[in-house]
Amino acid sequence: MQAQSTQSTYNYNVVRQFAIMTVVWGIVGMLVGLFIAAQLIWPELNLAPWLSYGRLRPLHTNAVVFAFGGSALFATSYYVVQRTCHARLFGDRLAAFTFWGWQAVIVLAAVTLPMGYTSSKEYAELEWPIDILITLVWVAYAVVFFGTIIRRKTPHIYVANWFFGAFILTVAVLHIVNSAAIPVSLTKSYSAYAGVQDAMVQWWYGHNAVGFFLTAGFLGMMYYFIPKQAGRPVYSYRLSVVHFWALIFTYMWAGPHHLHYTALPDWAQSIGMLFSLVLLAPSWGGMINGIMTLSGAWHKLRTDPILKFLVVSLSFYGMSTFEGPMMAIKTVNALSHYTDWTVGHVHSGALGWVGMVSIGSLYYLIPRLYGRSEMHSMKLVTLHFWVATIGIVLYIAAMWIAGVMQGLMWRAVNADGTLTYAFVESVKATYPYYAVRLLGGLLYFSGMLIMAWNVFKTVRGQRAVDMPVVAVAQAA
Amino acid sequence: MSDFVHDGWSFYIAIITVASLLACAVLLKALSTRKLAQGEQVETTGHSWDDLQELNNPLPRWWMWLFYITIVFSLAYLILYPGLGSYAGYLGWSSQGQYKDEQQQAAAVYGPVINRFLKQDAVAVAANPEAREIGQRLFLNYCAQCHGSDAGGSRGYPSLRDGDWLYGGTTEAIRSTILNGRNGVMPPLGAALGGSEDVRDVVHHVLALAGRTHDGLRAQRGKAKFATTCAACHGVDGKGNQQIGAPNLSDDIWLHGGTEAAITETIVKGRINQMPAHKDFLDEGKIHLLTAYVLGISGQGKP
Repeated sequence: MQAQSTQSTYNYNVVRQFAIMTVVWGIVGMLVGLFIAAQLIWPELNLAPWLSYGRLRPLHTNAVVFAFGGSALFATSYYVVQRTCHARLFGDRLAAFTFWGWQAVIVLAAVTLPMGYTSSKEYAELEWPIDILITLVWVAYAVVFFGTIIRRKTPHIYVANWFFGAFILTVAVLHIVNSAAIPVSLTKSYSAYAGVQDAMVQWWYGHNAVGFFLTAGFLGMMYYFIPKQAGRPVYSYRLSVVHFWALIFTYMWAGPHHLHYTALPDWAQSIGMLFSLVLLAPSWGGMINGIMTLSGAWHKLRTDPILKFLVVSLSFYGMSTFEGPMMAIKTVNALSHYTDWTVGHVHSGALGWVGMVSIGSLYYLIPRLYGRSEMHSMKLVTLHFWVATIGIVLYIAAMWIAGVMQGLMWRAVNADGTLTYAFVESVKATYPYYAVRLLGGLLYFSGMLIMAWNVFKTVRGQRAVDMPVVAVAQAA
Repeated sequence: MSDFVHDGWSFYIAIITVASLLACAVLLKALSTRKLAQGEQVETTGHSWDDLQELNNPLPRWWMWLFYITIVFSLAYLILYPGLGSYAGYLGWSSQGQYKDEQQQAAAVYGPVINRFLKQDAVAVAANPEAREIGQRLFLNYCAQCHGSDAGGSRGYPSLRDGDWLYGGTTEAIRSTILNGRNGVMPPLGAALGGSEDVRDVVHHVLALAGRTHDGLRAQRGKAKFATTCAACHGVDGKGNQQIGAPNLSDDIWLHGGTEAAITETIVKGRINQMPAHKDFLDEGKIHLLTAYVLGISGQGKP
């Protein structure tokens, strides 16, 4: 294969754009998170309708999942697919459209959600005109990604791209089905489904948003940046095949565990619970494959903060994918559901897994997009790692304790059969944990500020460099 | 009662569920290999992408067994519990059945504790310290959300301690309020009274009735309007009417505020207030205890 073909460089431009915006949206999304965490301690902070908890909470989730996480996925998938296909990204203009289109979606979300426009579907709150824009951007994304796969110079498709590909295809299906609605005006629509069917569609979407957006996509990230940073081959091709197919297959079934003990028929609840349990092994397959890739390179963990981010992210991934199946068991769910335990579970996944694997990958990626070999200050990367880790531990420990406490308080019964605690007493008892949670969030947020400074110093005065496309190594 | 419009759906669900679980096992089996021998070096797949390679280690044994165990557990669960379409499961468990069982158990254990007070009238129950404690716990769970944990009420939610009753404070009235709920409606009357000046006159008359600071001239002018429009419910002297829940305006106790602005808003826009009925989820014994508790805190239950 020739290195110098007609398209001699990688398209790093769109990767740079998404990578920088990942940091920016991370800061914005987490700042909103901090504010609503503070509102739970000081309700007086609900200063105006557009600053009220009910409107800002969906803004927080949309900003961290779709703006921060989404931008990280765009940046890394565009980088990885080019590098591992040994081909320039398909469709420069289309790729640029995905960047500007996605940013437009985020800005529209940031405007409409505080104004109170919502479809009221969790993690899919945006109203129908924005949903249509998302669909257009996503189709363009799929064309760019799979167009590049078709252009590949390697005979096989690298494992990271399986996960990115599954994530892109499935999110398209999820988004279109769940967002189906009848518009009544530009800013208002009604879901195409009603009652328990609507709830089931919502949580089929909701849990697969976790499974594909927040898991499969980020596993793609993991499969490139861990072996790269460790300088080691992936542990097991065989394991990656089993866990890939099992993961994408079983995730599809797990949604009903969000609807235990509701109007959803028992058979659907059972199936949701069982496939959530079966999901444990496929999820852990990814963790094992990532961590075992370090075999022979464990010593690097001591000195390399990027590897620390990546490996600790996998530890949190393993922890929350164990916790998830446990919480899907009906009897456990009867205690955990509707408590802050769920919030802790989500954040051990979001801050620990999604956040840290993205941050580690960006620390690898950003210097290379600007012709440098590493970040301006690796000491600051180490500092970021410790600040973030301590923040997560405080956050999830506080929410675990609060959640179990709430669950126990709500079910406690006096000798006369009356509830021992009124609801408001459980709220009062949660205050100290809300404070610890806020502190944990503050630490994690400070880490993002350290990152922003480090990125600024790394990028400033550097010329954006688009590397030439690398020729495929002659297979042994 | 089936969840399916046709038996075919039930079979479809059952078959696809079992087939899916088995497919996981087949996938796992197909890619399982022997363990590496002592000292055996694992090969890469021979592929390379951007200098990345893949080893081909066998699946970790413990992981493989973990996967099998979850599949076997699931199949066993589907035999015991509902899951395969409309098949109810060997144990015959259902979430509704569990709910009913727990309800029955609770009724058996707690029923006597609660119902023993039914034999006494509410005034006697109100004087019983043990009944008061149970009543307070019930109140904190079912009533405090609106009336406050001290029953002091707040804007739009009446205080239950001040002896001022919208619908009466007798045992029967309180019991009926808890059982059936109440709907208090005051229609918007701005137009009926005339212009904003007329409304203001009536407002000052209402202020005067309550003994609040008011403009005497306006109050005088408002009196006539009040008599023709408001007195039908509130009475000519503004003492209210408990038959229809029309509040007494002369006692300076205000459900929606007693400032000039608040009273104006009440007259111009009207008010709709609702206390929900509790008869569908509180049984006789609990309602009796709550009635007695409310009687007690309002000062009427004292012997």
